[in-house]
Amino acid sequence: MEKLIVSPSPHIHSKVRTKNLMLDVVIALLPTVIVSVVFYGLGELLVLAVSILSCILIEYLITRYLLKKPSTIGDFSAAVTGILLALNLPSTTPWWVVFIGAVVAIGVAKMSFGGLGQNVFNPALVGRVFLLISFPKYMTRWEIPQGLFGADAVSGATPLGAIKEGLMQGGSVSDIMAQHGYSYSQMLFANIGGSAGEACAIAILAGFIYLVVRKVIKPWITLSILGTVAGFSLIFWLANPAQFTDPVFNLLTGGLLLGSCFMATDYVTSPMSTKGGVIYGIGIGFLTLMIRYFGSYPEGMSFAILIMNCTVPLLNNWFHQKKYGRA
Amino acid sequence: MARRTFSMGGIHPSDSKISRECKIEKLAVPPVVYISLSQHIGAPAKPVVAVGDKVKVGQVIGEPGGFMSAYIHSSVSGTVKSIKDTLDQGGKAQPTVEIAVEGDEWLESIDRSDALVADIPADGKAILEKIKLGGIVGLGGATFPTHVKLSPPPGKTCDMLIINGCECEPYITADDRTLRERGAEVVVGAALIKHVLGVAKATIAIEDNKPEAIQNIQKVLSELRGKDPEYAGIEVLPLMKKYPEGGEKQLIDAVMHRQVKSGGLPIDVGAVVQNVATALAVYEAVQKNKPLFENSITVSGECFPHQANVLVRVGTPLRFIIDQLGGVPENAAKIISGGPMMGKAISNLDGPTLKGTGSILFLTREQTKREPEGHCIRCGKCADACPMGLEPFLLYRLYKAGDAAALERNAAQDCIQCGCCLYTCPANLPLLDIISLARGQVMGILKARAVAAKAAAEAAKAKAEAEKAKTE
Repeated sequence: MEKLIVSPSPHIHSKVRTKNLMLDVVIALLPTVIVSVVFYGLGELLVLAVSILSCILIEYLITRYLLKKPSTIGDFSAAVTGILLALNLPSTTPWWVVFIGAVVAIGVAKMSFGGLGQNVFNPALVGRVFLLISFPKYMTRWEIPQGLFGADAVSGATPLGAIKEGLMQGGSVSDIMAQHGYSYSQMLFANIGGSAGEACAIAILAGFIYLVVRKVIKPWITLSILGTVAGFSLIFWLANPAQFTDPVFNLLTGGLLLGSCFMATDYVTSPMSTKGGVIYGIGIGFLTLMIRYFGSYPEGMSFAILIMNCTVPLLNNWFHQKKYGRA
Repeated sequence: MARRTFSMGGIHPSDSKISRECKIEKLAVPPVVYISLSQHIGAPAKPVVAVGDKVKVGQVIGEPGGFMSAYIHSSVSGTVKSIKDTLDQGGKAQPTVEIAVEGDEWLESIDRSDALVADIPADGKAILEKIKLGGIVGLGGATFPTHVKLSPPPGKTCDMLIINGCECEPYITADDRTLRERGAEVVVGAALIKHVLGVAKATIAIEDNKPEAIQNIQKVLSELRGKDPEYAGIEVLPLMKKYPEGGEKQLIDAVMHRQVKSGGLPIDVGAVVQNVATALAVYEAVQKNKPLFENSITVSGECFPHQANVLVRVGTPLRFIIDQLGGVPENAAKIISGGPMMGKAISNLDGPTLKGTGSILFLTREQTKREPEGHCIRCGKCADACPMGLEPFLLYRLYKAGDAAALERNAAQDCIQCGCCLYTCPANLPLLDIISLARGQVMGILKARAVAAKAAAEAAKAKAEAEKAKTE
């Protein structure tokens, strides 16, 4: 007989660890990753590889040599950040720009706050926005998908960018749409310009449904973002369809789906309670739409999420879940 | 059919009821028993025997040491060897009566026949007195003296008696077996308790992973309904399997859709909850004059080859039970008294069983290993799992920050220590360990505040009286 262990209850533990949750996120992102490689080709594969490997490497170096603690790369959270960063970049981004993005995402946004669980802002989004501001040349050069073995890349505007530019030149929404030949089925299944991860709405939604079914995340934040965007854009569109894009267009373009399904639902930087989550989602949806309609950037999802990240500690303080036997 | 359960939190560990087909078997009487005088919540019993006294099975050896206390009976016949502090299962010294066994001579007043006595005596007070004299305590784990629980304070009325047959802890099957093998006696016990409380309705709540038990009780009820009016109004309620359904507050929520206020008692919402084994003990004490001196214990664990449900005399050393069933397995790393979620790790195998001992469970190092602590990723799974609606991640942080006022505001004192948070945490944080400390701290503050308030009220009263005397 071994020496007996005496320790407090409970004596058994669930098999689900941080690692498993992160792996589920990776699995949920796989359809989007595969679709982006198929559409954007080897360039996207390079962006993904550089992003993932540098995120893991930087976290390893910082934990081992700067913090002198056991490495935390085994929990796969750095890999998730790497994938999300890559999916938020154009497939034509040079490798060294991707690397700088990874340094900012992991080194500045995550590790300098204390590592996993301590960061205020979504690391991948901080990396993306840093690159957007620092290297606008690379970050706004969108490629029209040519397929894995397609011809040379053709540059073009994203639907959101085209609309913004067209409106500034005095066109109406329907004219611009017709001019570029955008259709909703195209947006749903891919083949529009944008960040690699924005290529296919169906792939993103499949991953989202997987995460909800596996109970990795709850759907409320995502649904409140989508609901808010749909609701507000409906009001604006009904008021002036020539000036404002319609709800379906807003839901299917830009980073809205990728952001609401995978970035806004990040455990660490979103509120703990359902009530807080819904308010956080409404905030993100509203800010995104305001930036799209009235801001100087064509896309507002990243900024909206980062701004709402700031409110999370407050939302956590204000909203608690209902307790047993208490009003 | 919608599956009913409690409204918030809860977890679904594997129920591991591997001993569910093991019939309850009588275990041999050990050569020596060590009967603790502190087997219940409240004051220890006072011994009424002396060293050298001859005792019979069922004879009183300890009297209640206060209002909140219970009678203790000898579980064997023999000679009292000593009355001294002896180490219990956890290695803590408890006042204990040691009796060397000679034969197996029972008090003549005990009816040892198997015949079911289904008629309910008319005098509720007499039933209550028999429950008190039978030394019956709550066998669901809390060991609260039953006669105290069945005497609601004036002004409080009971709307429903709930018989707790959930047995939501993994591995344990003693209540399941009792419901299947001795269902009729449990139902008569429930009717007796119902009569004492003068309540019209009683619900026997059983989790739906025990279909045979549910069927058996339904069958028994259909047979007994004609025999005494007291059996009308007793129903079986299958509940969805979810831990901790057998927690008193959760069970009241599941059965009655009512919630006990923080710091309140079940009777405040018109509920009295009694365990299945307690109902059986009430039957035996009232109808058969047999006090509580033996109980059913599940001995289980994947590494333990001789799974069993055994009927054991109170005070039997654990080592004796285990040896009768083949000894401690080689690879057992932790032995638990009770279930794997809320049971206590045993450090002393020479410690005796108590009335409330429900199981002996063997776990291997692999099964019970705690992995190294990670970082909280704020996934909120602990808050989703908490059946009291608390936020374990927050309490954990507040305790580490030393913020007692915030701990009280966030209801650390409401923790029922079910362990769902620690079970669930993907980062392996010792949530319950820390929250138990926090709970103790807040309880201490609440108690000190109550004492101070009482003292202040008394001082004010004395002052008012002094002034009144002066003016007169």
